[in-house]
Amino acid sequence: MLKRVHFGPSILPYLLVAPQIIITIVFFIWPASQALYQSFLLEDAFGLGSEFVKFENFQALFDDKYYLGAFKRTAFFSFVVAFSAMSIALALAAMIDRISRGVYTYRTLLIWPYAVAPVVAGALWVFMFDPTLGIFAYALNTVGYDWNHKLNGGEAMGLVIVAAVWKQIAYNFLFFVAAIHSIPKSLIEAAAIDGAGPFKRFWSIIFPLITPTTFFLLVVNIVYAFFDTFGIVHAITQGGPAKATEILVYKVWYDGSVALDLGGSAAQSVILMGIVIVMTVIQFRYIERKVEY
Amino acid sequence: MIENRPFTTLFAHVMLICGVALVAFPIWVTFVAATHDAVRMTQVPLPLLPGDQFLVNMKAVLFDGVQSAGGIPVGLMLFNSLIVAMMISIGKIAISLISAFAIVYFRFPFRMGFFWMIFITLMLPVEVRIFPTFKVVADLQMLNSYMGMSLPLIASATATFMFRQVFLTIPDEMLEAARVDGAGPMRFFWDILIPMSRTNIAALFVILFIYGWNQYLWPLLITTDAEYFTVVMGIKQMLESAELSPEWNLIMMTTLLAMVPPIFVVLSMQKMFVQGLTETDK
Repeated sequence: MLKRVHFGPSILPYLLVAPQIIITIVFFIWPASQALYQSFLLEDAFGLGSEFVKFENFQALFDDKYYLGAFKRTAFFSFVVAFSAMSIALALAAMIDRISRGVYTYRTLLIWPYAVAPVVAGALWVFMFDPTLGIFAYALNTVGYDWNHKLNGGEAMGLVIVAAVWKQIAYNFLFFVAAIHSIPKSLIEAAAIDGAGPFKRFWSIIFPLITPTTFFLLVVNIVYAFFDTFGIVHAITQGGPAKATEILVYKVWYDGSVALDLGGSAAQSVILMGIVIVMTVIQFRYIERKVEY
Repeated sequence: MIENRPFTTLFAHVMLICGVALVAFPIWVTFVAATHDAVRMTQVPLPLLPGDQFLVNMKAVLFDGVQSAGGIPVGLMLFNSLIVAMMISIGKIAISLISAFAIVYFRFPFRMGFFWMIFITLMLPVEVRIFPTFKVVADLQMLNSYMGMSLPLIASATATFMFRQVFLTIPDEMLEAARVDGAGPMRFFWDILIPMSRTNIAALFVILFIYGWNQYLWPLLITTDAEYFTVVMGIKQMLESAELSPEWNLIMMTTLLAMVPPIFVVLSMQKMFVQGLTETDK
């Protein structure tokens, strides 16, 4: 943690950490504690006063079928997004490991959605599936399927999932490629000599050995699906139709800025913070573990 | 290559080409839409091959914007995005460098306390503390300003951790030698630490630039003045107006312009970015 050789005490280190600490306190710790405080208050209808209500906001949330609905929806959404984005990325990474020519070209063509903003990803997909004009909606129409994600909740959810997965494949791909690359070649060669084919080698050697990366990515993908997908939902469906795509982070924003239920929104923030903290702790525990070859 | 199996190799190529097609098709559609005129973009089926209106559309959005969405020039929005992305990435790198330097190279009271305080920021993404942070920024009179758009996003545990890791790998002899030569702490920092962590700084810059450029919820909340709209926000407004009068050729041109700078940064610094991402995020 600290260097064996280091500088002695003086005012300098305080000056050096000051900018970061000030920003942390002003924009992180203070607002977070405010959210915590506010989650115990109930504002009156005119915003004139507020009253301390202990856990009533939380109680109300857990009695609210819309909130529970959003919770289940978010769980489903993040599971599907994490699973699909990781499987596609792993398949591509396993394939790129098999070839010797064109590796750089394929990688270049696969990684750039990482740089695309969630809202922009949303815009791309909403354009392709626009019920009246979109290219895919048109294709579906010609085969007799009437696509309209503005009316059909299931289709809306599907579209949000596709856009979210599309954006996340690049990130997972890079990590899987790095993980597969770091497996000693001798292990693979030994298995090949023993007569294991590519498929068998993948499942019995490569896949178990990249478990730490897989766990790490699982946490990262769930966090991504929980928080970073706000822009995608906002661009494609605005949580609709009939709240069919309203995930937790969208609901925090909606209840706070549109429905103006500050106490309820703050209580939701606190629950989300709890989820992030648990995720971060899990993530750090797994990073500490290294596989032994 | 372990064994020669032409069939599996072929299969791998086919799968990869499918992957590339899946990833690239939306971008192709966007590009094609940006090269046609508004009339063509209202006739189904939409074109799959580029037209000849690319420069016309580009000029239209850059200087006049999309009329039905307020007509804010996209050139201005791109400029705002650039400023915010640069402020966030440079600001984060600067404050993380000096705080990691203090934590690794100085012994002082509350050192671990500061370290944990920084660590906490890792756990609180802006989305979950959004309204109280908004209130702080409003009280500080920073609504509708570049400062308000970037400062609350600047504190970062990730960058501090990364620099801490880098500094820990630098041999102790470096500091001993610098001291023998009579260098003070700041001299050591500028002339030895910074040059030695140059590649890490560059890799981090790519990641942070994209992070800053793609910010959406935060700028959306704190800017009401069109002077400060970023391009990512602008696209959302255009999508809303598309419900009434779809000018998809212009919207898709804006989308394309919004994607180009971050994609350019990633691809031009690909090697450093890949290395930086897979080594720092862990």
